[in-house]
Amino acid sequence: MSNSININVTVNGEAVSRNVAPRETLADFLRGSLELTGTHMGCEMGVCGACLVLLDGRVVHSCLMFAAQASGSEVETIEGLTERAAIADIQEAFHQRNALQCGFCTPGMLMTAHALLSQPGVPTRDEIRDALSGNYCRCTGYESIVDAIETVARNRAAPAGSKNVVAEVGA
Amino acid sequence: MKARAFSYARPTTVVEALQTFAASGDDASYIAGGQSLVPALALRLQAPQVLIDIAHIPELRGIALQDGWLRIGALTRHCETLSDPLIARHAPLFHDAAPYVAHPAIRNKGTLGGSIALADPASEFPAMALAMGVELEIANLSGSRRVPADEYFIDLFQTAIEPGELLTAIHVPVVQPSHRWAFDELARRRGDYAIVGSGILADMRDELVAQIRLVLFGVGNTPVRAKRAEDALRGRQLDQSAIVAAQAALSDDLAPPDDEHTPAAMRIHLARVLLGRLLGRIAEVA
Repeated sequence: MSNSININVTVNGEAVSRNVAPRETLADFLRGSLELTGTHMGCEMGVCGACLVLLDGRVVHSCLMFAAQASGSEVETIEGLTERAAIADIQEAFHQRNALQCGFCTPGMLMTAHALLSQPGVPTRDEIRDALSGNYCRCTGYESIVDAIETVARNRAAPAGSKNVVAEVGA
Repeated sequence: MKARAFSYARPTTVVEALQTFAASGDDASYIAGGQSLVPALALRLQAPQVLIDIAHIPELRGIALQDGWLRIGALTRHCETLSDPLIARHAPLFHDAAPYVAHPAIRNKGTLGGSIALADPASEFPAMALAMGVELEIANLSGSRRVPADEYFIDLFQTAIEPGELLTAIHVPVVQPSHRWAFDELARRRGDYAIVGSGILADMRDELVAQIRLVLFGVGNTPVRAKRAEDALRGRQLDQSAIVAAQAALSDDLAPPDDEHTPAAMRIHLARVLLGRLLGRIAEVA
């Protein structure tokens, strides 16, 4: 049995080559080997959604795959999305609407919001809730999170100069 | 919550995957999307010596029409089941059930073949495979065979797939203009396993039910064809009295276990409610 294998992954745009134990999850690899600790580990069984990352552009649970499976793929974490300002408006809306308290679930919430808002059209509140059905928050409840995502959805769809302010939504 | 150590193999052909399994002394697991297997490994419900990653085998991909059948490669992801136009048109119960399978992030990774190979009795796709009367293409080192869905589900998490064999594709008989179908489920929360779910495929001729496949899931060790209820409908108009007769027959078809949340009688009641709704929908468009 091989104790370690070499993997090649692109993480946040950078080529990474490392030796990993086959049983190491992608989440452990990102947090432990690469020190990208924005990816959070909650349930480690694909229920809570705190560990979501983008794998070849699709949101997946990094706790539900081994790092070895990701070899040859492109991974983007919350750090990558933040650095290239892809979710700056979502982060600002979460801040404005107090859509977080402890913040543990927030990276996963932002990943889900990013995936949802990358689809064409403006999602309804029901559609936002459905998209969030795999993300647990144990502090605020979901109302303010839905508000924040709805605000960004409308702002992105609105012509420049007619943006909603966050406080109007859900007031 | 960490898997026991294993070695990792990434074959690029079906034959190579089967040989790797044989070389492991049958102490291996195939992994595709891994959305059920990885938690099972983390909980050490399974602890193989070798993990064989079949996600990079081109033969297991692709969706194509062949002589009245839609061949869906086993690696087709749940999200593709939702978005693919061929599946929507020719294998509509997979398409209709897909939004109810877990959550979006799981659907981005989980595969149709993986779900049907696992055969979780509470899952949507195995039940829809039975409702559409698909055939399962299964490979071993001697070749490949096709098993009808009616002979495929054996018992809890037990199918016609023998140890070391690989489910390579799902062949769906394409729906015909005279076919009507409906899917729905009753769950406590969106994305949770259903208390009871159902998929129905009916062949309607001259306003009569010529043939019907009526499948329920979450009600036993495998997806269940409700054959007494089917008998109550075959040859009849889909009117209220026929629907009531089918609902009544369900207690002969189902023997769900009592569990701490749902007594058997409640599950049968909910199955009747669901059956009534689905047959009502089919009657409206028939």
